[in-house]
Amino acid sequence: MTGPGRGSVPRGYARFRMPVGSSLLVHRRSAVVATVLLLFAATLAIVEISTGTYDITPSGAFRALLGEGSDVDRFIVVDQRLPRAAAALLVGAALGASGAIFQSVSRNPLGSPDIIGFTTGAATGGLAVILLLGASTATTILVGTLVGGFATAAVVIALAVRRGATGDRLVLSGIAVAAMLAATNDYLVSRADIQDAEVAQAWQYGSLNAISWAPLLPLAVVLVFAMPAALVASRSLRILELGDDTAAAVGLRLVRARTVALALGVCLAAIAVATTGPIGFLALAAPQLARRVARSPGVTVLASAAMGAAILVGADLLAQRLLSPFQIPVGLVTAAVGGAYLVWMLALAPAHRSR
Amino acid sequence: MSDETRRRSHTGRVVACLVAGCALVVLLALLSLAIGSKNLSIGEVWSGLLAGDGSRESIIVWQLRMPRTVLAMLAGTALAVSGVLMQALTRNPLAEPGLLGVNAGAAFAVVIAISVFGAARSGDYLWAAFAGAGLASVFVYLISVRRTRASDHARLVLAGVALTATLGACTRIITLFDATAFDSYRFWVIGSVADRGIDVVMSVLPFIAAGLIVALLLGPSLNALALGDDQAVALGVPVAALRILVIATITLLCGATTAAAGPIAFVGLVVPHVLRLVVGVDQRAILGLSALVGPSLLLAADVIGRVVSQPSELEVGVVTAFIGAPVLIALLLRRRPA
Repeated sequence: MTGPGRGSVPRGYARFRMPVGSSLLVHRRSAVVATVLLLFAATLAIVEISTGTYDITPSGAFRALLGEGSDVDRFIVVDQRLPRAAAALLVGAALGASGAIFQSVSRNPLGSPDIIGFTTGAATGGLAVILLLGASTATTILVGTLVGGFATAAVVIALAVRRGATGDRLVLSGIAVAAMLAATNDYLVSRADIQDAEVAQAWQYGSLNAISWAPLLPLAVVLVFAMPAALVASRSLRILELGDDTAAAVGLRLVRARTVALALGVCLAAIAVATTGPIGFLALAAPQLARRVARSPGVTVLASAAMGAAILVGADLLAQRLLSPFQIPVGLVTAAVGGAYLVWMLALAPAHRSR
Repeated sequence: MSDETRRRSHTGRVVACLVAGCALVVLLALLSLAIGSKNLSIGEVWSGLLAGDGSRESIIVWQLRMPRTVLAMLAGTALAVSGVLMQALTRNPLAEPGLLGVNAGAAFAVVIAISVFGAARSGDYLWAAFAGAGLASVFVYLISVRRTRASDHARLVLAGVALTATLGACTRIITLFDATAFDSYRFWVIGSVADRGIDVVMSVLPFIAAGLIVALLLGPSLNALALGDDQAVALGVPVAALRILVIATITLLCGATTAAAGPIAFVGLVVPHVLRLVVGVDQRAILGLSALVGPSLLLAADVIGRVVSQPSELEVGVVTAFIGAPVLIALLLRRRPA
């Protein structure tokens, strides 16, 4: 027996044999879409690296990448533009994947880390460290962000679980908790002196303006481990989407699968927020857009990550160039565009597509 | 119990609530005049009120605390009444101008007026606030018309939150762009009744008073509207005109409040819900009482904000968010899943 014939592979899927004797079903259109999106994101990143206020030709930028050209050229390209583009790609991918996991587990397109209060809580933690402790080194901000984010997520999930967690309850308790935290954030900003307040304000909205190589290292390390794990977990996510009973019937350990997936989602969102501050609505919109473009039956982690990367690089280009030389924090661009998309999705789209 | 006795006992309860509400407002207003960084006794407040000369007490009472007390009362009335109106208009118990983006619309328009058109005094940007609040109210109403199934109540809130987020992001882009606008904006955006001069209060007073009178007159028609459009038409209510009037009133109340005090959320959600528990669903009673309970809530929140973090103060918008968000959670979680 050479395994089931081609006929047993569902329509639209391709089958890959994995080294350990298992096999992987891949939704063909999702894979193609993910590849195209990644290429698109890479192109945008190249545009971002080779153009800008500082005048340098694309070939000059390329030479600077190889370590040639003047010191200024190398400083601009290697130390300024390259980390920024890399951060946009990585943070976008992390948020896209995280959103896909959250939406899949909560079975609700709104169950993204923004809506359930994770990002607002992370911002509260970071702001408290910046403004109250007055210690704004990268490490302390990172710790504050993580503590704030995890504590908020825990409170929201506990509130929702106690009353029989369904997706909507998770989302609605998240909104209420986030409203309280947003008031706290505004209060903290108003209490600081104006310099601190402007730093905190810019950080609070998520910005790539002052990114350097240093914060990229922890981000890259986490992604190297978490991304493949998320792709592996996406298999059990697809089964979870069938409903608890069906998933249990086909032999999935529900609690373990859900816990692993949520832990991965929280990790990805946390490291992204810690690197750039909260980027509004990206984790919400990327999986939905990816799903629509790929016409996949459920949320797909890989396509969502690719979509997240492409959106964030594009939004960052917009944030840099729209009102140049003034640089808009990219989180505000995504919040404005993503919020409008959410309004459309909830209110104006035909009913059958809003879920 | 016959219908007649039941009606009489209900009327009695409403009257009792009205009297209690009046007493509460007066008591909290006196507290608001008395409590602060320099606490006054009730006797000192009284002599300061009556004297009106240059004495220490009269300066504290009349110049420092009277404007914010009056503004808190006006804002509380306007927000609570517009919450009632909005819930009646959208037939959605979770509707609230702060949550649904009406205040954010007013705030966005005000910031545009300040930074693009150079409006400096609150009298100038009052009109911008009206325009922003009006557009946002119309938008919210259009969303609620498209989705009238009971299970979609939460969806309207989500759409409103998204609208608030979008407008907030645009507002922040502008304020980050403009450092001086940011410095005043960061205090205004929290929602505060402190440090507003008596001229600000006087400039919004006529609009809020007009909105309040119209709202109170609308009570009977809103009762008919609650029965459904067809029933309301059968009872002789011009439904389309009523809706336009309600939206205009919400615009007046929210626009004026936001221009003077900044966006304050949750008052319009909490007050009508508490009142419905006490006096039932009669819109006339709820409207009248919310004009008393709203100012009480805002005065109490303002006094609490002055007490809890002395020597500094907590803005009233922060306090209402901390009072209102748990109420929202409780309301949401109590409902059966759709």
